[in-house]
Amino acid sequence: MSSNTTTLPRDGIARRLWQLAKDLLRLFVMLATTFLGLLAITFFIGRVVPIDPVLAIVGERATQEQYEAARHALGLDRPLIVQFLIYVKDAATGNFGTSLLTAKPVLEDIGRVFPATLELATLATILGVLLGVPTGVIAATRPGTLTDQIIRILGLVGYSMPVFWLGLMGLLIFYGELGWVGGPGRLDTFQEMMFESEVPRHTGMILIDSALAGAWDIFRNALSHIVLPAGVLAYYSMAYISRMTRSFMMNELSQEYVTTARVKGLPEWRVVWVHALGNTLVPLITVIALSYANLLEGSVLTETVFAWPGLGLYITNALMSADMAAVMGGTIIVGAAFILLNMASDILYRLIDPRARAAA
Amino acid sequence: MFHERLRGVAAALALGLGLGLGTIPAMAGTPDNVLVIADKIDDIVSLDPAESFEFSGNDMLNNIYDTLVELDPNNLGPLVPGLAESWSVADDGKTYTFVMRKGVKFHSGNPVTAEDAAWSLQRAVKLNKTPSFILTQFGFTPENVDQRIRAEGDKVIITTDKKYAPSFFYYCLTAVVASIVDKKEALAHEQNGDMGYGWLKTHSAGSGAYSLKLYKPSDSYILEANKSYWRGAPAMEKVFVRHVAEPATQRLLLEKGDVDIARKLTPVDIEGVKGNSDIKVRDEVRGRIMYIALNKKVAPLNNPKVIEAIKYLIDYDGMANSFLKGAYVVHQAFLPKGFLGAIDDRPYKLDIEKARALLKEAGVGPFKVRIFVRNDQQRLEMAQSLQNTFAKAGIEVELRVGTGKEILGQYRARKHEIYLGAWGPDYPDPHTNASTFAWNPDNSDEAKLTGILAWRNAWPAKETTPLVEAAVVERDTDKRRAMYEKIQRIHQKVSPFAEMFQAIEQVAMRRNVEGFVAGGSIHSAFYWTVKKN
Repeated sequence: MSSNTTTLPRDGIARRLWQLAKDLLRLFVMLATTFLGLLAITFFIGRVVPIDPVLAIVGERATQEQYEAARHALGLDRPLIVQFLIYVKDAATGNFGTSLLTAKPVLEDIGRVFPATLELATLATILGVLLGVPTGVIAATRPGTLTDQIIRILGLVGYSMPVFWLGLMGLLIFYGELGWVGGPGRLDTFQEMMFESEVPRHTGMILIDSALAGAWDIFRNALSHIVLPAGVLAYYSMAYISRMTRSFMMNELSQEYVTTARVKGLPEWRVVWVHALGNTLVPLITVIALSYANLLEGSVLTETVFAWPGLGLYITNALMSADMAAVMGGTIIVGAAFILLNMASDILYRLIDPRARAAA
Repeated sequence: MFHERLRGVAAALALGLGLGLGTIPAMAGTPDNVLVIADKIDDIVSLDPAESFEFSGNDMLNNIYDTLVELDPNNLGPLVPGLAESWSVADDGKTYTFVMRKGVKFHSGNPVTAEDAAWSLQRAVKLNKTPSFILTQFGFTPENVDQRIRAEGDKVIITTDKKYAPSFFYYCLTAVVASIVDKKEALAHEQNGDMGYGWLKTHSAGSGAYSLKLYKPSDSYILEANKSYWRGAPAMEKVFVRHVAEPATQRLLLEKGDVDIARKLTPVDIEGVKGNSDIKVRDEVRGRIMYIALNKKVAPLNNPKVIEAIKYLIDYDGMANSFLKGAYVVHQAFLPKGFLGAIDDRPYKLDIEKARALLKEAGVGPFKVRIFVRNDQQRLEMAQSLQNTFAKAGIEVELRVGTGKEILGQYRARKHEIYLGAWGPDYPDPHTNASTFAWNPDNSDEAKLTGILAWRNAWPAKETTPLVEAAVVERDTDKRRAMYEKIQRIHQKVSPFAEMFQAIEQVAMRRNVEGFVAGGSIHSAFYWTVKKN
């Protein structure tokens, strides 16, 4: 690797602090603008769609009077711009309003549904990486061989198969026929009632909370329920990660340093798994982070098939019922997840890539 | 070389998963004292009985709250005592007296008193939420209700504004909006004079067979048995209702025995489980009527001959015997089977020639029309069938598809042309549908009677409005029945409505489940009657 180390300015701590402050300020302004943009777009799209949120509450039979009363209570009779400013002000203080459907603060709702999605997405991403990276590397080291073709077809199938269908088939086979895994939902009925009454809530993720409480029956039951949906989602992200790994690796393996390493007599596994793979990590991290962020949005179809009460279902339900407070709250959480993951992968680059470290 | 490492990774993975899965206890079926139901419950808006007006919410509240008079789950129709052990109406025909049952307690332990009953009814009127009209149609207003509904000792005295058919009044008191709420408990959670409304939206304070233990919106709820229920403790100690949106998933859960009852299976799934000896299917007619309505503001839909022609352009039997099989049966009147005065007349069938002749008589050439329909598989299939048959008589149909709320908004604003949709009764008396399909006191735009179907379609209903008003005050039940039969026959002839189908619900359940009642055409589900063998 190149060794053009930049010289850090040595003229005093003040200057470095100033630099840090400027960086932080820039980050903050960037975050604030992104969020404001996100708020504005969701808000105005929410108001443009030809759906009437008032009808969602009062129902079909309501008289005009009851309709007007509900409209006023929601503040929908005020000018649009005033509604938006109120919304921004509330959002800034962490108040995303009350969901029409659940009659609870949106933040509380999201606190309930997001852990379910987080748990599923995290497990799926871990599985996807554990399977996707090695298969991608193997495919890249033997391009054109049968192994490569098999991996490619597996990936293609994973990529093009509807998650919905895959999930139902998985349920039919592994739950319905073989009985190897738990069914739809996060827990069996009995275990769910135990969980609700016995286990203190720390994260909302059943695997973690039950492990913390030492409730291993519930842990095992939760694991048996999550394996299938996580597996389905993992297959999908594996296909993507594997394909990307293969193409990054093909690129690296054609580089001169690889030839050099081989000429030097390094064992092949070291060349492939350490030298070449090491250099694909930066773009790979972006790919993984993006795939993770996609799963965090909540896969509506997977959540529907598996009766998984996560964020995707929540936002979709809210949208269908014109529950705009919930839609906007959910969108902002998803947006925040994207932004945070972007930042995290940015930080990871710096740790991994000396060039990026130096440029900063 | 590196495959060895890979093999290591794979083995570790397999081991990890295996460890997790290998030790799962095989749980066969649900516990004997717990009833587990797979349903769709994302329609629930509020758990306050003064506001709840959705199917799933009413199913829940029917098991949490009692009303003064109730319906017998085993014989839906006649009234049975609820929290009132007896009731009577004075000679003036306007003053009703209910004598409260003694010794009944709310879930909180507070005794159920006449004061609780009077306050609950007053509260529903004062909160003025959507279902409040079921009570306010008897002349109660937030201002007068404290005088018109009052407690005297162990009696509740109610005075209506004029004479009505007593059965009409009693049936309205069986609706969820007339549930008796624990006054003390509700007021303990009152905020800004809301009579506990904010709290009751997600909590319960009743005297019924169950209390609400846990509620996770659009996810699940758990009810816990009231051991000292005045009818006797229910057999199921807990009722667990899970929201499972996908019918195929519901079916799997039922087949595996992880739920006892699946309520939202498609007709295809029902056929599929019928061969399974562990599962049985119960059919119940429900109150929902599927109909099309023609907006009289739109030419040529305002022409009586055109209206009649369209009624002959619907393939009633074709739809009922194909894609609606198991979900709907043909029904051409606005009162569902099971209601007082319901008729089974079927004056219309698909008859293209007759329709063409009628259109010719009307002097109307081929024309275009839009059918407004919400984005729902079954309804779209119906709309497509209509599109198909209408075309045979030269009527070109364009489907205007949108979300439920969007289409409903246009319908309420009289901006539709033909509306395809459903209507369910609000309380078990014929007036509930008569007063919306066949009654329109003011057809002007300014009247904004948006809740009334006749108004939405700009139909003045001159032929039936006086008859509806007479029927609702008729005190002789036989005469009253005859009046509703007559109203429906007129309605079939002259109204811009073509009622097509009545819903049936096919509830699939494990063979050991006994006594589940979905509520028939007039009521909500009963869980407290369920036993497992």
